[in-house]
Amino acid sequence: MREIEVREITENIKEMCIEAVHFLTDDMKEALLSAKKSEESPLGRKILEQLEENLAIAGEDMIPICQDTGMAVIFLEIGQDVHFTGGSLKDAINEGVRQGYTEGFLRKSVVSDPIIRENTGDNTPAVIHYDIVPGDKVRITVAPKGFGSENMSRIYMLKPADGIEGVKEAILSAVREAGPNACPPMVVGVGIGGTFEKCAYLAKKALTRPVNERSKTEYVAKLEEEMLDKINRSGIGPGGLGGSTTAFAVNIETYATHIAGLPVAVNICCHVNRHAVREL
Amino acid sequence: MEKKITAPIDDKTARELKSGDYVYITGTIYTARDAAHKRMYEALEKGEKLPFDVKDNVIYYMGPSPAREGRPIGSAGPTTATRMDKYAPALLDLGLKGMIGKGKRRQNVKDSMIKNGAVYFAAVGGAGAILSKCIRESEVIAYDDLGTEAIRKLYVEDFPAIVVIDSEGNDLYETSVLEYKKE
Repeated sequence: MREIEVREITENIKEMCIEAVHFLTDDMKEALLSAKKSEESPLGRKILEQLEENLAIAGEDMIPICQDTGMAVIFLEIGQDVHFTGGSLKDAINEGVRQGYTEGFLRKSVVSDPIIRENTGDNTPAVIHYDIVPGDKVRITVAPKGFGSENMSRIYMLKPADGIEGVKEAILSAVREAGPNACPPMVVGVGIGGTFEKCAYLAKKALTRPVNERSKTEYVAKLEEEMLDKINRSGIGPGGLGGSTTAFAVNIETYATHIAGLPVAVNICCHVNRHAVREL
Repeated sequence: MEKKITAPIDDKTARELKSGDYVYITGTIYTARDAAHKRMYEALEKGEKLPFDVKDNVIYYMGPSPAREGRPIGSAGPTTATRMDKYAPALLDLGLKGMIGKGKRRQNVKDSMIKNGAVYFAAVGGAGAILSKCIRESEVIAYDDLGTEAIRKLYVEDFPAIVVIDSEGNDLYETSVLEYKKE
């Protein structure tokens, strides 16, 4: 049994919120740089150059890459031999978000009730996904999610007869509909299988996988490549203003499902596909 | 075509801007997004005055992150304009000349833009750090309680934007995609 004080969680989450909104991971930076070389549209190249410069300014001057610093989505993989001490884990997580968004000059974009819509003033509560795994480590992923692209995400409850062709059409139709609203070049996270909520979770989780890493399942890796190629032939381009770079990657996760169903979730993320990962 | 323009925008300048023009805007513009639009719309329905005269003005659909010390504003890129479509025609009828955002506009907005000779510009979404450098002054002028969604008066210098929909209803989002589409 390993004991971890919850204030250590607070401290890490605070730092990770600030880190994630000012710095992208290396795979995302690389994707942006290589897109600039292959983009066919002159306006598209100009937009990609602007995004590259934007990223540099964000890190140097500590101005968030995007003003929508998101709703804090947090994945916690907790080793089953860990015992948290010193208070509630959930409260500690939200305290980390509160401190990160307040002390880091991040935008407070969360309302306490979806209908009454009063801003909570500190970007809490976070959306937290817990997973219990073997071992005595805690792996934290902080993924602040902007809503320009979140609003363009979709769930399709396909049927077994729709098959892989149905899945392809679902992905492409979500991307076509998203167009300029999702701030392309985008990253497309897809969850296939499970239940209604499981496929949505998988699609979100897929966005945290490096964009240069393909699925370990052969047919899924092929599907990822085929979808990326089709999406980049759509013409949407950087900023939705035409071009050959509409997405950096399509990341697909799958899970077992019911004999009667084929759920597909498409969670779209803009080019500011943020996440910070730490293991304690 | 690259053009330098000043804001507010007069009717003649607005009508000369064409879909696809790359512009640098200098002058005074106002921010408003979802909650501020809802309030302005409700004020108009009640016959009340708006917090600022929209005639010939430009509204930037934007809610900034907080400013660090010594800076006028935090990160300041565009939000999705589509969400303001319900409210935009009422403001266009009052003489609003320009809107800056990102994302598609519905037909009701395009029709109203043609009728009123207005322009829709896109700024690059997710480029909030670099765009904030073009904002020299920022002052909350209404709805302070809305936080990031308050109405701000901004002074911008060479703010880069692309004319997406012009006063004749030409839409770059539709035309440019066809140009690069491969089937």
